[in-house]
Amino acid sequence: MAAQDWRQALQTVLQKYPRKESAVLEALYLAQRDKNYLSDADIRAVAEVLEMPVTEVEALVGFYSLFRRQPTGKYLIQVCTDLPCALRGAEAFYKRLCARLGLPPEGGTTPDGLFTVEEVVCLAACDRAPVAQINLQYYENLTDEAMDALIARLREQAQE
Amino acid sequence: MVVLREHILLRHRDIPDIGSLEVYLAHGGYQALAKALRTLSPGQVIELVKASGLRGRGGAGFPTGLKWSFVPQDAPTKYVVVNADESEPGTFKDREIIEGNPHQLLEGTALCAYAIGARVAYIYGRGEFRHLFAGLQRAIDEAYQAGWLGQNIQGSDFSLDVYLHLGAGAYICGEETALLESLEGKLGMPRARPPFPAQVGLYGQPTVVNNVETLANVPPIVRHGPEWYRQFGTERSPGVKIFCLSGCITRPGNYELPLGVPLRVLIEECGGGAPDGRAIQAILPSGASSLLLPGYNPELRLDYESLQAAGAALGSASFVVLDETVDIVWAVSKVIRFFEHESCGKCTPCREGTYWMVDVYRRLLEGRAWPDDVELLLSIADQMDGNCFCALGEFAICPVRSSIQHFRPAYEARLPGRGA
Ligand SMILES: Cc1cc2nc3c(=O)[nH]c(=O)nc-3n(C[C@H](O)[C@H](O)[C@H](O)COP(=O)(O)O)c2cc1C
Ligand code: SF4
Ligand code: FES
Repeated sequence: MAAQDWRQALQTVLQKYPRKESAVLEALYLAQRDKNYLSDADIRAVAEVLEMPVTEVEALVGFYSLFRRQPTGKYLIQVCTDLPCALRGAEAFYKRLCARLGLPPEGGTTPDGLFTVEEVVCLAACDRAPVAQINLQYYENLTDEAMDALIARLREQAQE
Repeated sequence: MVVLREHILLRHRDIPDIGSLEVYLAHGGYQALAKALRTLSPGQVIELVKASGLRGRGGAGFPTGLKWSFVPQDAPTKYVVVNADESEPGTFKDREIIEGNPHQLLEGTALCAYAIGARVAYIYGRGEFRHLFAGLQRAIDEAYQAGWLGQNIQGSDFSLDVYLHLGAGAYICGEETALLESLEGKLGMPRARPPFPAQVGLYGQPTVVNNVETLANVPPIVRHGPEWYRQFGTERSPGVKIFCLSGCITRPGNYELPLGVPLRVLIEECGGGAPDGRAIQAILPSGASSLLLPGYNPELRLDYESLQAAGAALGSASFVVLDETVDIVWAVSKVIRFFEHESCGKCTPCREGTYWMVDVYRRLLEGRAWPDDVELLLSIADQMDGNCFCALGEFAICPVRSSIQHFRPAYEARLPGRGA
């Protein structure tokens, strides 16, 4: 989001808290929303609005795994391969997904910049493995076919 | 023992659409809050919860009413913080309550706020719950519109604002003091205790932190009374609990059962046993934060005391089943990698200890083990034991030690010159 826009959106968030800094995670989410990562300028802007030291905001971005400093694909596909899911075949599912997207077995970003695929820890959906989040939306009880269909749909969506 | 004819917590399974206010109200919803506002003093609500014997469902099992009673009555500002961080591997119960029966959580939150005299409650959810929280926000909006939240609830002088707050991907923020730090906009690292949050919590004010499932128990307790609640469960572990069943099991899922039922009920009647009739090799009863229970004892009672007697803990009641085909060393390596990934880095024993353990497990799995790697794991565990700043580091030791204790041959087979 452009800085003016998210500053606007942040005003309602700030009303929830007696202290501005409590809104920092939400501010970072807003700043990250459109391009999936945070630039130096974003971090400086968040720090400025919330009157926090830039180094402190930088440290928060490094600490919390949902913030990123590098661009990712338009669709961030996070597949859980933690133990309960792995016991139901999630690791093999993940490797097959990477292979079908032409990625190395550990994941990565497709050359067209559409998909970034990575492994994550438990998503609180272990009874519906294999499970993934795509831009934080849940997709559960996945099969190779379901995943292929999803990817095809996202490819189309990206062209619109 | 009384069996459950209908769900007390997962009521959406019996009553479709109970997530909407209209249906919730039609089935006794918000009656406990109405009763409290009309006829009970805050102190009486605390007494009811104490008498019910309800214990925290977030992992530590601390008596809920007692926790509430620690909040100083005369403090001008107090907070309720709902722990919806749910990130323990194998745990997916709070999420189902939030999705299926959100008003019961909100009503429980309001009862807690009334009992301790808080005017503001925050529900802290893991960042990955962003889209689920949109649904929860709709329930909150409905409750405001109908006067069950907000200013002067149902014409009383009790007012409560409930706000949602999302974390951003850090398991440690489920630990209550790290959660409070995170909510204040800081790094989610645990605080020293004491002081406990009930004394010095959010923004330095007295705060009750309770798990989602814990609070969902409160409306039925207040509405029907502690005697009614105590007909479920055992004398020392009263009530019902949601058990999360995952891993090598035919029917994984959440199962709401009275505390104290035998493990057989969960594994066989609910879960249908391991797939293809395979034998169960071990069970993690509390997600990653468990020691490994070797084998399968169908008569083990599922209550706080029985699990403790078995050397384990009920914790969040996340039962991860490992059948006979599972490589135990691999399974424990996954758990250790989880802890290494999630160690917040505040203290050296945990940060370094989990790092070195991951290294040893990698060697074991890749056929590069050193002759004394098992001893090395045990000595790292000894150095961490009692020296970690919070429970995460101590939890990380449990699966390592217990798996070596019960499955040592599986480790030794990977040492140089010993078979594979
Ligand atoms: C590493 C760690 C992670 C935790 N994660 C959670 C969690 O995700 N959800 C939760 O309710 N409690 C979690 N807890 C327990 C909380 O610290 C706290 O005991 C609990 O929220 C209190 O609520 P209760 O009394 O209702 O259980 C965790 C504890 C530790 C040490
Ligand atoms: S034990 Fe681990 S998680 Fe806990 S404070 Fe120390 S480094 Fe952080
Ligand atoms: S282990 Fe994959 S969702 Fe829990």
